[in-house]
Amino acid sequence: MVDVTEFAIEAHDIVKTFNDGEFTALGGVSLQVPRGEVFGLLGPNGSGKTTMVRILSTILAPTSGSATVNGHDVFKESDKVRKSIGFAGQFAAVDENLTGFENMRMVGLLNHLDRKFVEQRAHELLASFGLTDAANRRTRTYSGGMRRRLDLAAALVASPPILFLDEPTTGLDPQSRQELWNIIENLVESGTTVLLTTQYLEEADRLAKQLVVLDKGKIIAQGTSAELKAQLGNTVLVLTFQSPTDATKGAEIIKEISSKTLNIEGTVVEMTIDKGPSSAADALRRLDASGIELSGLVMREPSLDDVFLNLTGHKAEEVSPSVPTKGRRTRKVRS
Amino acid sequence: MTMTTPVSTRSAFRWAISDVLVLARRNLIALLRTPVALVFSIIQPIMFVVLFRYVFGGAIHTGTNYVNYLIPGILVQTTIFGSVSTAIGLAEDLQKGLIERFRALPMARMAVLAGRTISDLSRNILVLVVITSVGFLVGFRPGGGIVAYVQASLLMLSFAYALSWGFAFIGLAAPTSEAAQAMTFPLIFPITFASAIFVPVQTMPTWLQGFATNQPVSVTAEAVRGLMLGTPHGSTSYVSLLWALGAVVILGPLAVRKFRQAIK
Repeated sequence: MVDVTEFAIEAHDIVKTFNDGEFTALGGVSLQVPRGEVFGLLGPNGSGKTTMVRILSTILAPTSGSATVNGHDVFKESDKVRKSIGFAGQFAAVDENLTGFENMRMVGLLNHLDRKFVEQRAHELLASFGLTDAANRRTRTYSGGMRRRLDLAAALVASPPILFLDEPTTGLDPQSRQELWNIIENLVESGTTVLLTTQYLEEADRLAKQLVVLDKGKIIAQGTSAELKAQLGNTVLVLTFQSPTDATKGAEIIKEISSKTLNIEGTVVEMTIDKGPSSAADALRRLDASGIELSGLVMREPSLDDVFLNLTGHKAEEVSPSVPTKGRRTRKVRS
Repeated sequence: MTMTTPVSTRSAFRWAISDVLVLARRNLIALLRTPVALVFSIIQPIMFVVLFRYVFGGAIHTGTNYVNYLIPGILVQTTIFGSVSTAIGLAEDLQKGLIERFRALPMARMAVLAGRTISDLSRNILVLVVITSVGFLVGFRPGGGIVAYVQASLLMLSFAYALSWGFAFIGLAAPTSEAAQAMTFPLIFPITFASAIFVPVQTMPTWLQGFATNQPVSVTAEAVRGLMLGTPHGSTSYVSLLWALGAVVILGPLAVRKFRQAIK
């Protein structure tokens, strides 16, 4: 197949409203996904990630906007799009009454592939995903990790050049997550384009070359994972004080150290810092000089929550638009 | 991992048929692998047979041998109840994300609905055979002949198949499969009980008789009974077929439309 378009996926100003415009799931999202890499859509529940993936994979029609996938118009040539994509949704959509092999065969036949080819391909994929032993067992008996792998394998039956993965590792144990990451990395090495949604910064960081951060249906930041992290700062300093009053005083003293987010909750102050140990040492010196005592200190890697706090002023799990911003300084980041 | 994928050259129409068969087969496999569900769907009509034949039957006067009145009615009721499983099956597929997956595949759009209604039709045929046999065991002796018996069976299967498109709509509108089942109950209950399935409508109060006589389930029951027993049944078999046709024409597009909007 000859493709003249540079991008595997291009979306322009996608809007999706529900309930006659009462609720806006997507408020004008544009994307350009280069071929042969993982593109990450990062955001909390309710941010519009899933809606975006559903629209691009022809499952859902948008209210307005335009998009092409593999050079085909998503809304006018949806059948051509469907032949170019694989889709693995959030809930590992496998038929529990069928065996792993039967699930693969069903999806292959519904992709309009030759029966013999489908059966051979099913065996190969099951083998490469470590499911050969379970191939003839009903998927009802599969573990969560096995279901995800089967779901992904089924999405690959027709060897699609573009793959949509909606939160592929949500709810998985660390080992299964690791296995799935390896599989995705191998796919990309062999030329597949992957659009991945995730709630985990770690996952986006590990897999995605480029990232878009969604919040309430809008893109609030985009860039490479390194760019986003650089904007964010590398470390979060968590200080526990002996009283909320101390915490407020302490926050006032140390806030000059970093231009990033500072968040007070009870006796705990969290601050994203730029320079790791030296910024932390600076904070401790200042607190010591003012005579405020600490009852705890932790340094940790920034999480999605920190990204959100930094970009939006509210935490990832807070979906409501009215978020208290008292005690928080926020900064809009753009790249 | 990538390799050349053989794209078949069959026409769109033949692929649509293939899609329907793949999905109908998948539903039937599920049915055979959950025998408990199948057994329960057969036990319920058997209980109705026993209840009306031996418990209520003595008090119901139809002017004929009641068992011959009863069994055709129970068969109609059973096939209608059977078509409810279309709602439950689709609601389950929707809930488990399977319909979402199907919609991202290059398959025929109507195949999910057609595959489901066809597998439910097959299931109805099986239940029909079982309940007919149970009927014979409890003394059912139809006198209409084998051809009329087959015609009667086809008539009620067509009627139930038409209704299953309405239940497809409900299944796609329901939030869960349990809700789908609950939503069908208030529809199914009045049309099967305020009908000529168990008792002659003449025994009902006058305000109910108009509805009970003319509603499609009664019409179908009268036609099936007439055909099976070889008794006069007027134009009821044609009217029943018209109802079935009308239901498919109206409910079919509604279900397809709902299918398009089902995922949010």
